[in-house]
Amino acid sequence: MDGPSPIVEMRGITVEFPGVKALDGVSFRLFPGEVHSLMGENGAGKSTLIKALTGVYSIDAGTILIEGQERRLHGTADAQAAGISTVYQEVNLCPNLTIGENVMLGHEVRGRFGIDWRATHQAATEALARLGLADLDPRRPLASVSLAIQQLVAISRAMVVNAKVLILDEPTSSLDAEEVARLFSVMRRLREQGVAILFVSHFLDQVFAISDRITVLRNGRFEGEYFRRDLDRATLIAKMIGKDLEALRALGSNRHTAAQDRTTGPLLRATGLGRKGSLEPTDIELYPGEVVGFAGLLGSGRTELARLLYGADRPDSGQVEVDGAVVHIHTPVDGLDHGIAYSTENRRDEGIVGDLTVRENLILAVQARRGWARPLSRREQDEIVRRYIDALNVRPADPEVLIKNLSGGNQQKVLLGRWLAVNPRLLLLDEPTRGIDVGAKAEIQAEVSRLADTGVSVVFISSEIEEVVRLSERIVVLKDHHKIGEIVNGPDVTADQVVEVIAKHETQLATEEVSA
Amino acid sequence: MRGVPAWLRGLVRRQYFWGIVAILILLGLNLIKDPTYLAIRVNPATGNLAGNLLDILRASAPILMISVGMALVIATGGIDLSVGSLMAVAGAVSMEFLNPIKDSSSVGAMLAAVALSLLLAGALGAVNGVLVTVVGLQPFISTLVMMLAGRGVAKVITSGQNTTASNAPFRWIANGYLFGLPVVFMLALAVVVLVALVVRRSALGLMIEAIGINRGASRMAGIKPRGIIISVYVVSGVLAGIAGIFAVSSVMTVDVSHTGYQLELDAILAVVIGGTSLAGGKFSFGGTVVGSLLITTLDKTVVFLGVSAPATPAFKAAVIIVLCLLQSDVRALIRRYLSGAGRRGPGGGEPVPAPQPGRDVAAQREQEVTV
Repeated sequence: MDGPSPIVEMRGITVEFPGVKALDGVSFRLFPGEVHSLMGENGAGKSTLIKALTGVYSIDAGTILIEGQERRLHGTADAQAAGISTVYQEVNLCPNLTIGENVMLGHEVRGRFGIDWRATHQAATEALARLGLADLDPRRPLASVSLAIQQLVAISRAMVVNAKVLILDEPTSSLDAEEVARLFSVMRRLREQGVAILFVSHFLDQVFAISDRITVLRNGRFEGEYFRRDLDRATLIAKMIGKDLEALRALGSNRHTAAQDRTTGPLLRATGLGRKGSLEPTDIELYPGEVVGFAGLLGSGRTELARLLYGADRPDSGQVEVDGAVVHIHTPVDGLDHGIAYSTENRRDEGIVGDLTVRENLILAVQARRGWARPLSRREQDEIVRRYIDALNVRPADPEVLIKNLSGGNQQKVLLGRWLAVNPRLLLLDEPTRGIDVGAKAEIQAEVSRLADTGVSVVFISSEIEEVVRLSERIVVLKDHHKIGEIVNGPDVTADQVVEVIAKHETQLATEEVSA
Repeated sequence: MRGVPAWLRGLVRRQYFWGIVAILILLGLNLIKDPTYLAIRVNPATGNLAGNLLDILRASAPILMISVGMALVIATGGIDLSVGSLMAVAGAVSMEFLNPIKDSSSVGAMLAAVALSLLLAGALGAVNGVLVTVVGLQPFISTLVMMLAGRGVAKVITSGQNTTASNAPFRWIANGYLFGLPVVFMLALAVVVLVALVVRRSALGLMIEAIGINRGASRMAGIKPRGIIISVYVVSGVLAGIAGIFAVSSVMTVDVSHTGYQLELDAILAVVIGGTSLAGGKFSFGGTVVGSLLITTLDKTVVFLGVSAPATPAFKAAVIIVLCLLQSDVRALIRRYLSGAGRRGPGGGEPVPAPQPGRDVAAQREQEVTV
């Protein structure tokens, strides 16, 4: 496959944002007629690389060669002119137009009296047929078909503009197995037609099913480029999280060792808890004074499970008992009523209230508990604010600063303080240490251990499996919206073993696709 | 700015500073035309104060009411286009209720008329709130529907007539004097102070702002946005009802086609001039009061200067556009333009990166680095 010259070659790409190098000397090659997966954990630089290739970000160093010629891409129009098309997870089409209109938008067939709609729809039908989508009626409104079909329409549209490179960024995250299979058949057809496809997905099985080649990024650096056949799942995960297998095995576990109080029975017991499209029915028990880790890749169901336990999403199956009594947790207020608090992974959209001050953000949940009619006095507010700014070492220590002006780590500490202030019995922490510096990370980890010692049940979710192993007494392993196992932590449990559990568990889809 | 006292510097930084300046300029214009414009006389017979300034205060009462309601709705990230129509509904209910009552001095009848009007206006406000939160319609659409429906309801109540009534206590609301000052303005002021106290002394203000800034995060923090948003639309409806009572009480007639007509637009302007962003979030009662007074002053000035009726809307628009430009970052824009003009080097092609406010960098970086 190295015979032909690459259609895209990126060399030494560096992209800097103030204070951080999002990409540091990364190289990437894409050949005609291949599916090339870009892998890496959160913050590895996948999105940044794609945005550099599509002209959204300008690069600070390095060169981009397209068909052997150096190109400077300023804006997405440049990239499209160079034959690079992108299909995002959220489809960038016009839902109120028909399928055909969307496919041909800007390329309508013109007749003597303006647009010849019959010919336009004919051309759209042909474009769809080339991808094996002849069964789609181009006159149906786009909004009337499923998201999966909309994505296929977006791909057809990319082909109409003669794209030589197709970028698919997380196209499968909301598709079911059948829809994924259909997308893959379209991708295979395009590959045969010589299109180069850059594929990004968090589903390992899908990556292994469709890719010819895999490039791994970690912390903004190039980790390696591999043929799929040379790579097994465990090796890939090890490369993504940055420990070779030997190192993973050597790494000891200094897990949290608080004596868990099993005599009282679980604080919370969920049986068959699930929600269509986000989590298959799941059983779990959580005891006071223990730290339970949820391990799994993004999209595995780790976040979805925590959200159902809190009431952020409404479960549609299963039942939850708190202290042995059946409860109904359908909204965050229900969760809080039962002493459950959830710190979101989506800090910007569901965590901080950016234009309010640190003080207001800290007291928000306590105030919401008390209701609007019983405002916290200034003295009570000051007490909460002082306690948590000190305990969590929030910087700057000025409560009247707008929270949006704090660094990510300090925002996270304020959010942790917000939840500690309501004295939860069960605290669900979703990626509390993501994207924050080492110091803040250690402070948050220490706080988690301290909390469990005081009898709080803590759920700790992180993409860093090592971190989960280090902190948790029990590790619940999730994959592809399923709970696939539970590991009782001990001195001989390592991140590597968790990785192997994830890697070995193949879903139905993967087996089918590989054999296909 | 050196040598300027701190309180003045604080005032200049307020969003509504330019609103105050505009009021003073308008009053100044009127003063040029008539040097006695600002004179306040005491009516020797009654001891009541009279003059153009008092006319402005009196006329500002209805718009003060609906602007305060509008400010709360806008703070939640919504908008209430129905307030003008709800004024007509409240006016229609009062007039229709008082019309058949023979005893034109009955205080009880007045109170009943007021209560009935406010009840219906509040109920229609609740419908707005339910459409926005439970049904999930956009606030613009929900209240647009109510704006059309409200005027229809008013017409149904009066069977399409412009009903009149005679009730001295009701008439006193808009035309009476207390301690030499117009009752209607004092009532309006009292309502504004009451609402401001309730909102700012409870945690309601914090919750309204939190919802307006980030509804998702507020919900996750355990606030129930639904109840608060519905209450805010109810308050807006009740305040529109009060404004409607003020409006019909001065003439004791409801004109179902014109009472409160297009006043929702004046209210939105008053709120925006007061420095509350239409995007929701932080809001200001003080600014809203300034905005309402400015709109009223502008209306009075247009009449006083003899601007011809066809040119009135254009004159009003011009004043407001200038004001909005002053408030926005147009000054910063001009400064940036002047300093940036010579920045493009001989190399030419490289676009100058847009200067980003340093404060958001952390959040922005987060967002971009996360894959």
